[in-house]
Amino acid sequence: MSERTPFEFTLSLGDDALIAAQRLAEWTTRAPEMEEDIALANIALDQLGAARLLLTYAGELEGAGRDEDALAYLRDDRQFRNCLLVELPNGDFAVTMAKLLFLSAYQLPLYTALAECADERLAAIGSKTRKESAYHLDHASLWVKRLGDGTEESHRRMQAAVDQVWPYVAELFAADPGAPVDPATLRAEFDATVAAVLTEATLTRPETGWAPAGGRDGVHTEHLSYLLAEMQVLHRAHPGAQW
Amino acid sequence: MNPREAAAAVVDPEIRVLTIDELGILRSVDEDPATGRVVVTITPTYTGCPAMDVIRADIRRALTAAGHPDVEVRTVHAPAWSTDWISESGRAKLAAAGIAPPQPVRPAGVVPLTLSVRCPRCGSPETEQLSHFGSTACKALWRCRSCSEPFDHLKAL
Repeated sequence: MSERTPFEFTLSLGDDALIAAQRLAEWTTRAPEMEEDIALANIALDQLGAARLLLTYAGELEGAGRDEDALAYLRDDRQFRNCLLVELPNGDFAVTMAKLLFLSAYQLPLYTALAECADERLAAIGSKTRKESAYHLDHASLWVKRLGDGTEESHRRMQAAVDQVWPYVAELFAADPGAPVDPATLRAEFDATVAAVLTEATLTRPETGWAPAGGRDGVHTEHLSYLLAEMQVLHRAHPGAQW
Repeated sequence: MNPREAAAAVVDPEIRVLTIDELGILRSVDEDPATGRVVVTITPTYTGCPAMDVIRADIRRALTAAGHPDVEVRTVHAPAWSTDWISESGRAKLAAAGIAPPQPVRPAGVVPLTLSVRCPRCGSPETEQLSHFGSTACKALWRCRSCSEPFDHLKAL
């Protein structure tokens, strides 16, 4: 990955949050119980809130007149900078919780570090979003423990989910020394958080082998295109429409 | 009515027993004595709070009705809103409306789970959390084991 501009760095964080929000919102009316339906919709809303702040700021950094809506709705897949992890399909509930555990265990130290960074706008956003990420991490941790240390079937499926999603973790921590927060510096805290949860959940952390990447350079899985088609169709069909 | 009083009287659209002042999201109200222009600064409870547009519109309407039609509403994110900013009167109103008020905020990090929240209906500490998340972004869903009633809890943030 080449060194990114402040615009690209902010855009990548905003895209992570936006795509995670869209995926989580797919659970609405489909979650295993009503409380969980509400929880996932709430977490999606938090991610969307973070995405709006980050994309608005990214647009200002770029200086080309693009606002949050232009960035969210009028870019094609190759112009998105989100990590592959967030665009992966939801799978079963265990896969969704594995994804949320890894995402929130990454976002919490990221936003916490941003809150102390020299960029005032990013610091303000980080100081706000880190509080919400703590709840997301807590929620995902509870479910991973409950399923991992549950029945034989829930344990099997939770371990399978962790194994399936784990390869996509490596991309989150690709070094970016010029960024306000270098993601590589967050890896140790992530590993400690995830190890504690997996141990309590009686789950095994997979070995890191295959490590797909490319999201930060706009090279995505085929899943992103379908997600964008659904997310963008209304805006593209009715440009400038308002409620 | 002066601009500060008019803005402070606006109620939160999702928790209608509280004013935005009691909720702690009204940060400042400044009037330029020369032009009469009023700048109201607010901060969201949660980044994705869908009530913010309604709150902005309600502030403009309240100030216009109070004789201050030239209004700018600014939104700031730092310092981040904390439930510690909810006033004492706000806490009492929440409890009276059946919403358990938040505890003092703990240090940053993963939220501890062993906190007891008193049932706002019967006062029993024998309660359990059903979900971290509730009917709005700022609330969690709890249930009282003594009187069996479910209730909202404004979670510490």
